[in-house]
This record gives sequence, C-alpha cells and structure tokens, in this order.
Amino acid sequence: MRPFQAAMAGAVAVAVTAAAGCGGGVETASSQTGSLRVGLVYDIGGRGDKSYNDAAAAGVDEAKRNLTGLRVREVEAAPGEPVVRKVERVWALAEAGYDPIIAVGYSYAPALARIAPKFPRTRFAIVDEPTVSGPNITNLLFASEQGSFLIGAAAAMKSRTGDVGLVGGNRSPLVKKFEVGYVQGVKHVNPRARIRIAYLAGPHDLSGFERPDKAQKAARCMYRAGADVVYQVAGASGAGVFRAAKKAGAWAIGVDYDQAKSADPAVRHVILTSMIKRIDVAVYDYLANVADHTVTSGRVVYDLKLGGVDYSLTGGHITDIQPRLEQLKQEIIHGRVKVSPG
Amino acid sequence: MNGFLDRVLGRVRLGGWLAVAAPVIAVVFAVLITSVVLLVAGKAPVEAFTTLADYGTQPRSMAMILNTGVMYYISALAVAVGFRMNLFNIGVDGQYRLAAVVAAGLGGAAVVPGVLNIVLVIVAAVVVGALWAAIAGLLRVYRGVSEVISTIMLNAIATGLGSWLVSEHFGVLTGNDLGTRPIPDDAHMPGIPLIAGTPVLVNGFIVVAVLLGVAYWVVLNRTRFGFELRATGKSESAAVASGVSVKKMIVVTMVMSGAVAGLIGMPELLGASYKYSNNFPAGLGFTGIAIALLGRNNPVGMAVGALLWSFLDNSSNQLQLLDISKEIVQIMQGVVVLSVIIAYELVHRYRIVAEQRRVSRELAAPQEAPKAEAAA
Repeated sequence: MRPFQAAMAGAVAVAVTAAAGCGGGVETASSQTGSLRVGLVYDIGGRGDKSYNDAAAAGVDEAKRNLTGLRVREVEAAPGEPVVRKVERVWALAEAGYDPIIAVGYSYAPALARIAPKFPRTRFAIVDEPTVSGPNITNLLFASEQGSFLIGAAAAMKSRTGDVGLVGGNRSPLVKKFEVGYVQGVKHVNPRARIRIAYLAGPHDLSGFERPDKAQKAARCMYRAGADVVYQVAGASGAGVFRAAKKAGAWAIGVDYDQAKSADPAVRHVILTSMIKRIDVAVYDYLANVADHTVTSGRVVYDLKLGGVDYSLTGGHITDIQPRLEQLKQEIIHGRVKVSPG
Repeated sequence: MNGFLDRVLGRVRLGGWLAVAAPVIAVVFAVLITSVVLLVAGKAPVEAFTTLADYGTQPRSMAMILNTGVMYYISALAVAVGFRMNLFNIGVDGQYRLAAVVAAGLGGAAVVPGVLNIVLVIVAAVVVGALWAAIAGLLRVYRGVSEVISTIMLNAIATGLGSWLVSEHFGVLTGNDLGTRPIPDDAHMPGIPLIAGTPVLVNGFIVVAVLLGVAYWVVLNRTRFGFELRATGKSESAAVASGVSVKKMIVVTMVMSGAVAGLIGMPELLGASYKYSNNFPAGLGFTGIAIALLGRNNPVGMAVGALLWSFLDNSSNQLQLLDISKEIVQIMQGVVVLSVIIAYELVHRYRIVAEQRRVSRELAAPQEAPKAEAAA
C-alpha cells in the first residue's frame, strides 16, 4: 500500500533529519509506548471536509491501525469562533492529560503559543504553521511550492498553446505559495509561457473555497482566452474548474488529494495530475515518532525529498512526460534546481 | 391591539407571575427537546447536562463565559436599537468587522501612545460602524430600499473591503496568518480579576458593556428621543401625526445601531487578539440578532441571553471530550430561541384569553364587580 510505504519512508527520513540536528530533543514523560492518548484539534470543517482536515484524519486513522494502544480524542472548531475558544480547546485537552496534541491549521498558533509553555511535559504539533515555537512544539510544514513547481512544469510540457492558468480559493499566504511555485515551474520549462491567475476571494474570505460556480466562471474565461491547462488551488471550488475543463475539452489539475480518484467521476478524465500534499504522512510520522520516543521539536518541512508533496499519475495522462518530471524532481531534491518559496 | 411582532420584540409587557412563568416554561421546554435530541443521537442527557453544570460552575469557565458574553451582549444591543423601531439591521455583522479592520489598522500604526491609542481605536470603530450603517439608513429614506436587503448586501461589501484593506494597506504576515500590525502593549485594555480562583482575567470591556446596557435603557425609556423611537416602532402613521420626523428617526437609529455595532469587535481587538487577522471572530452580528430575540430587547433579558449563549458556545469543547458533537450546541441554541418565542407567545395568549374571560365575567355581573379590580 503506497501511502503506508510513503509514511514509513517519511518516518525514517524525519528521524535522519532529526539526528542531523533540527531542534532540541523533547523529554518524553511516558515510559510505555503502548498507551498514547492523542488529542486532535481540527480547523473549521472538521473530519469529513474531504480536504485539509480529512487528510489529517487519514493520518490518524492510519496510525490507529499500525501503532498499538493509540486512543484519539478529536475536537472540532466552529466557524468564526474567537481565538480564545481555540485556546480553551487546546487547554481542555492538555488539562485532561492528552499527550501528544496535534493542531490542524495555522489558526491554532496563538493557542499553542499560550498553552504549550504551561504544559511543558505535553507534546504539541501544529500543521502548516512555522512561527510558533517551543521546546515541546513540532511544526509540520509543507513545501507546497516544490510540488507546485513540478505541477507547473507538467502544465507547461502538456500545454499546446503555451498558455496556462491557476484558480486560487483566496488570496491568502498559504495559497500564494502554490502560485509562486507554479509560476517558477512553468517558466522553467517554457520561459515565454503566458500564465493567467485568478483568485476567488480576498485573504480573509474563506467563501472562495466553497464557490464552484465562481471557479467555473474564472476557469471558463481562461480556457476561452487560450489557456489549455488550469491548476485549481481552491478546495471544494475546484469542482467548477473541472467542469469548465470538461466543457472546453482542456486539462485541469487537482490539489491536495489525488483528485482523479476523489472528484466527480464525470470529470475525472480531464484531471491531468494533482499536487498531493501529504498531511496524512506528516501526522502519521509525528505519531510514530512520539511512539518511539524519537520526536523532535521545531520545524519539519515535508518537501519532495520526504514525500510530503508530490504529483499523481492516476489516469496515465502524464506517463509521456514522467521521466522528465522525475528528473526535475531529483534536481530539486539535490538542490540543482532551486525553488523559491516566495 | 398588538400583533405577533410586537409581542416577539418585547414591546408588550407581561405582569406579575406571568413574567416569571414564560422564561421557566421556555427553559423546561428547551431541556426536554435537547434531551430527546441527545437520546436520539445515542448519548445520555444526564451526563451531558452534568458536564454542562460542572463546566459552568468552574471559575475559569465563568471568566471565559463573561468574556465571550461581553461581545455577544454589545452585538445584541446594536441589533435591539433597530428592533425597537422596526428597523432590522442585519448588517451589524459587516459593520463591526469593517469597524474592527479600520480600528485595528489605526491602532497598529500607533500614531498616538498609550491610553490615547485606545481612545482613538474605539472612536474610529464607532465612527466606521456608524457611517457604514448610515448608508443603509439613507438608502431607506431617500430611495425606499428595505434596510434588510441593503444591510445584507453591505455585509458582503464590508467583507471585500476589509480583505482589501488588510491585504493592500494594513497587512503584515506572521507565518501563514495575514493580519494587521499588532496594537502595542501600552494600548491594551487591562483585564479585571473579577472571578476568584482563576488566573483568567475578565475583559475590561465588561464595564463598557454594562454602561451601554444602562444607556440603552435610559435613552429608550427616559428621553424624548427614546419615546419617539418607540412610538415610530409601534405606529409610523401615529408618530408622523404627532410631529415625529420618521425619516430623521430612521437615519439616526441606523447610525446609533451602527455605532454600537462598531464596539462589538473591541473586546477582542483591545483585550485578546490585538490585531485583525484570519482568526478574528466572524458572525457575531448574527449571534446578536438571536440574543436580541432571546432577551426580547430588554437590557437585562439580553444580558441573560448573551451569557447563556456564551455558556453554550464555550461548553462545546467539553461536550466534544464526552464524544458529543459540537452541533448539539447549535441545536440547543436554536431550541432555546424557539422555546422562548413560543413560551412567551403562549403566555401572552393565555393572558389575553384570561383578560377576555375576566371582562366578560364583569360584564355578566356588573353590579357585583369588586372595586379592587378596577385598579388592575
């Protein structure tokens, strides 16, 4: 099973980076590995959002199957709640003795900053947030720009018109990282390519991730103007990009998941590839490391090397360019091609 | 005679034991419905309610409940000002968010030091909230646009405008969070150690909220403006006949509602987050509508409503530790609002029927009508 292999490969790799010294080791309080009480706090949407939170949930589920004696308590967030509610959520889990506690999403940064110092023996992890730090905090980060670079390269190789697009959910820093990598990837393959970029909402407006109609309109404009590959970084809105691609007889590219497997079956054939962000791998690795007492604090960047970001092959649409993409991937891994995170 | 709307908005008073009966019936009703929902979901209601009681009586939780309640209460007041005049300001949400963005931007720039900065931030928020609400008031007066429609649309525009202001003008990036520059330490609203036994401080804005509640009652019940506002709410034509300028009242009431709305985000901005970012609370304006209904626009009723709402919201974390999903909290809140509306309506109808019976009894035996009854 591929995810698990990736997870194990990742686990080993992280352990290696750890040995190379990427942060102070954390003293583990529990002597027995067989009884981890894991607290998992979700961002808005929670388990079942078919996106971000579900990816974290998949990692936890995988860990439940493979690690013994794991008990998990999941707590969800409400839309628009004040920061203190998140602080209290993390506090309640820490107070109830849950250890480790995994926070899904950067919006938990203030909560961890306030609670982690008060529970020095509890281990905390946060997904997608580099700024909050402490001797008992692990930051699980993703090099989305590296994955998006390969996606951009694939788009440029497949484009006949030399004209490609990107539809982003909102103009937030997180989405911007995808754009930055994508543009570099396209330009790397075809410096003269035209890149069209559309955002569906401003930075504080999450509605852009739930508006397939808007996304469809934006993508339709791009296809009509001559683009023949459009990359969607818009969560549930992406369905609109796929529909537009189907109508235009052009390509679309998925995000986060292997969308050629998860999208509406009617549009799967237009999905060229997907930029996979392995939050599940990161969460699984973290739990595995906690279980073997090899967990470290500080930043762990899941990049191409760790299999934290990748592109998918489902559908066989990019088998012809796969060798070139693999070569590019190796060049990035070995630092011969540099991808700026923006 | 008064209509359903008058009764829902608390314009008709209940006297004596009826005033106590209505909320008691509402609470009993809400507990019953929630218990059924919990049973259907396969959870033990007793366990859930015990957890809620435990949670609500801890000092730390009480401080948390007060802190969230302060924002809810100010929001309810903003909505209630309009309600009393039949103005449905659905735009409280957009008004407070836009006000918070501008105020946070100004506060973060720290153009003046210390307490002056706090004053500047608050004044800016009030002015922005008032101006944004004034648009809807002017549209209603000069173009006859229903304020329900215009304020909902203005909410969407406020979202866009706020995003633009943060991303193009005030924004600084912290990790993946884009927000305004944090307000410097010397301009933070101090907390109050109001509740013994917990290090959690109560937000200083609780004082502002209480003062606003008193001001709301005094202005509405003890001033000429308040009388005109209530009169216009009850009957526009009667108000016009007695010389009230309804157009002026609409604009002024909208502006007042918006000004109060501007304050909603202040406890969070000056007492907790110190910046406007992706994490800033959203949707408080809609919570305010529910609480104004729950508290029947009465300043004390809304305070109770705000605390109850805040208690339920805050307890969702504890319920989830019991494996009870957070949606149960929303069900409870919805049920509470409905039971209050239904209970009050039932009690009102009981009162009307009882009064009719009494009158017909008196008419049937006019000579023996006791003198004492006349006083009632």
